[in-house]
Amino acid sequence: MGNVLFTSAIDGLLIGVIYGLAAMGLTLIFGVMDVINLAHGPLIALGMFGVYLLFTLLGLNPFLAVIIVAGLGLLLGVVIYFVAVNRVIDAPPLSSLLSTFSVNMIIIGIGTAMLSTSSYNVDYSLGTMDLGFFKAPGARIAASLVALLTTALLYLFLYRTRPGKYIRAVANNRISAELMGIPSTRILALAFGIGVMLATVAGGLIATILPINILAGGSYELKSFVIVVLGGLGNPLGALIGGLILGLIEGIVPVFMKTTWVPVIEYVLFVLILLVRPQGILGAKE
Amino acid sequence: MKRIFKPGLLIPVAIIVVLAIWPLFSGNSASSREAMFTLIMSMALASSLNIILGYTGYVSFGHIVFFGIGGYAGFWAITEMGWHILPAALLGGLVAALIAWLLGLAVLRLRGAYFALATIGILEAMKALVINLDFLGGPVGMEMHFSEYKRYGGPMESLWMVYWSMVFLAILVVAVSYFVKTSKFGLGLMAIREDEDAAEVMGVITPRAKTWAYVLSAVFPGIIGVLFFFKNGNIEPGDAFRLHFSIEWIVMIMLGGAGTVLGPVLGGGIYQWLRKTLLTSPIFKDYQLVVAGVMLLLIVLFVPTGIIGWVRARSAKLRRIFE
Amino acid sequence: MKILEIKHVTKRFGGLTAVNNVTFDLEEGEILGLIGPNGAGKTTLFNCINGVYKPTEGQVIFKGKDITGLPTYKSAHIGLSRTHQIVRPLNELTVLENAMVGACYGRENMGLGDARQTAMAMLEFVGMADRAEVLAGTLNVAQKKRLEMARALSAKPYLLLLDEVLAGLNTAEVTSMLDTIRKIREQGVTIIMIEHIMHAVMSLSDRLIVLNYGSLIAEGSPEEVSQNPEVIEAYLGDPDLAARLLEEDKA
Repeated sequence: MGNVLFTSAIDGLLIGVIYGLAAMGLTLIFGVMDVINLAHGPLIALGMFGVYLLFTLLGLNPFLAVIIVAGLGLLLGVVIYFVAVNRVIDAPPLSSLLSTFSVNMIIIGIGTAMLSTSSYNVDYSLGTMDLGFFKAPGARIAASLVALLTTALLYLFLYRTRPGKYIRAVANNRISAELMGIPSTRILALAFGIGVMLATVAGGLIATILPINILAGGSYELKSFVIVVLGGLGNPLGALIGGLILGLIEGIVPVFMKTTWVPVIEYVLFVLILLVRPQGILGAKE
Repeated sequence: MKRIFKPGLLIPVAIIVVLAIWPLFSGNSASSREAMFTLIMSMALASSLNIILGYTGYVSFGHIVFFGIGGYAGFWAITEMGWHILPAALLGGLVAALIAWLLGLAVLRLRGAYFALATIGILEAMKALVINLDFLGGPVGMEMHFSEYKRYGGPMESLWMVYWSMVFLAILVVAVSYFVKTSKFGLGLMAIREDEDAAEVMGVITPRAKTWAYVLSAVFPGIIGVLFFFKNGNIEPGDAFRLHFSIEWIVMIMLGGAGTVLGPVLGGGIYQWLRKTLLTSPIFKDYQLVVAGVMLLLIVLFVPTGIIGWVRARSAKLRRIFE
Repeated sequence: MKILEIKHVTKRFGGLTAVNNVTFDLEEGEILGLIGPNGAGKTTLFNCINGVYKPTEGQVIFKGKDITGLPTYKSAHIGLSRTHQIVRPLNELTVLENAMVGACYGRENMGLGDARQTAMAMLEFVGMADRAEVLAGTLNVAQKKRLEMARALSAKPYLLLLDEVLAGLNTAEVTSMLDTIRKIREQGVTIIMIEHIMHAVMSLSDRLIVLNYGSLIAEGSPEEVSQNPEVIEAYLGDPDLAARLLEEDKA
């Protein structure tokens, strides 16, 4: 039993890192501009399909494909920002909720029309890593590591580069940042782009280890919400930790009860945290 | 009595009545009845949601949860307990109202986006829960025996019965919406929407008002859910708790004009008409969701107050006619 | 009769003491001026009185009843109304509807018909009656302040808390508003006003209390307070300025 528990826990943590990465995208956007990106799920799905298509049609190594998908995600994010978010950035929160949700609908609509709702698989294997007491598919470990690497890169960017500092300044106080000469609109677009990029990268990494379909993005979006609230809205480190916790729950709970109870636990936890400690474990932005 | 003959109420009711009797005059009455049913049901659902969303300013994204809960409650009563559909429908409404009251105690304390997210969480939690409940059919759901319709005189009679019930409900919801908006209670709700803290300073008992608005907005979808799934002959979690469905209600409300009586009716009508037109067009058939998304985006960006909102902003006189 | 008694009210936020052991009384029909430098805790004190904050220590007694920590909405019901430093109009409602909210949910719990009458009367009183059907969001600052006043008065309060109601007004608007405030007192409403415009609060108030860093440092007539060295040091900076202002006003 102990071994099963241990393996399940590690399994959960490995994927939890990727969940955390996705959630970081969501929480970064919220932290910088107080917008909840309801297109998050479909964007994860786009990342999944991006890697799938590059692998299947061009024979590209999935992890290389993830890099391309990251670039495309960044671009797409900037476009979405200017189309759907910029105009309503100062409007009541409902406006941006609805405008990002409309992007959600558009992406899902196009996606299901073109790709249907069936499942696809990236047949890619890096063998199995066997440490005796614990086995895991190599791809899963690699995906986890890439996720961690991306997280580290994000931190370096936010804390060691000038655009990163600008983003943090705007997140802190947009008006003051503008007064200091920071071009806030472009910075917001960049931040949104990065948020989307993180989502597509996470999706791409998921594609290397799990079957994908266009609607799966929705369930990952919900997981992202749970994680973001768990870790604290606007707190990227919280998102990572929240991801690990969620991954752990997903890994361990099925050992004790039917898998179909996992979502119930996740969503009840979500609502409870919103009610009892809305600032999450690490404390939210405000 | 004089209050009933105001244009603000009569116009939306007239629209519903005209649509309702259309199948009696059109050639293919069964198919136009189905079309009108969908139209009128959308108007009723949008009008219900409008009470908490448009009047009170609390954006319930996951509002379909009440449609689903009510639907399940009523469906279970019909198939497992042998109830007649009318009391079953009322049960659906009652259960939905009760759940709304309980949930409201917790989530109405949240503001803005937190509330919206919580309603999504509740919807998903409910769906996930129902999937695990065998007495409600689990992931497969429940089915109604075709013979059930004999009780009401046969399938055709059942469909017409459900149809007229739906028409009655829609008129009822619109009337409730009108009387709420033009009452002291409605004034308090709108004060909450504009500035909840200021409303409280002025003496509006905000927790109580919000709870009543939430319960009121839940009871009708609960009843309507029973009618819908009775007509459908089966109910399953995917249909009963589909998030995109209640988002469509939000699109309808915003299109017509949130916080007005006529808005959800107009918006529901236009949206469903547009949807039907698209479904029959070979090019746009698969892109229905895309069109809905584009519509929502355009409305939010350029006409956030919707059609009736735009009309009402023109003059005080128009405000008196179009509520 | 003492309409309001503040007894040792203290409000702490974590390590910060915003209001520190403030005690004072208010007689019915008085106009009490509440002054002090920015950040002295004046608005926080108001928030403790009308239930927005619950005092960490101390009591708020209104007309003999302990109202400490009552929910905010109760304050309007018992006859305590308030305006805000930064105006809070109900933007998408008309001016009349704004005032009607005050009337419906105020002390007399009116129905819509009575509320409409009372609201119109209050709008007349503040000079906003001609804009009754206009959407509140389209008004300018001075008009919004008048609306907020009408809204507060529609609740038929015994006590009115005015929070910097003159801020942002030009000279003519200030004079006009001062006039309105005097008329409100003539109607029998007791008033506490937080104000920074010195000549206004000096000329209008029967009594002043001065807050600095959350503590009450002086209490008395405008003359007494303006000559109080502690007040001068905390607030005015220039001992002659206070005396001069007072002289100007009397002249």
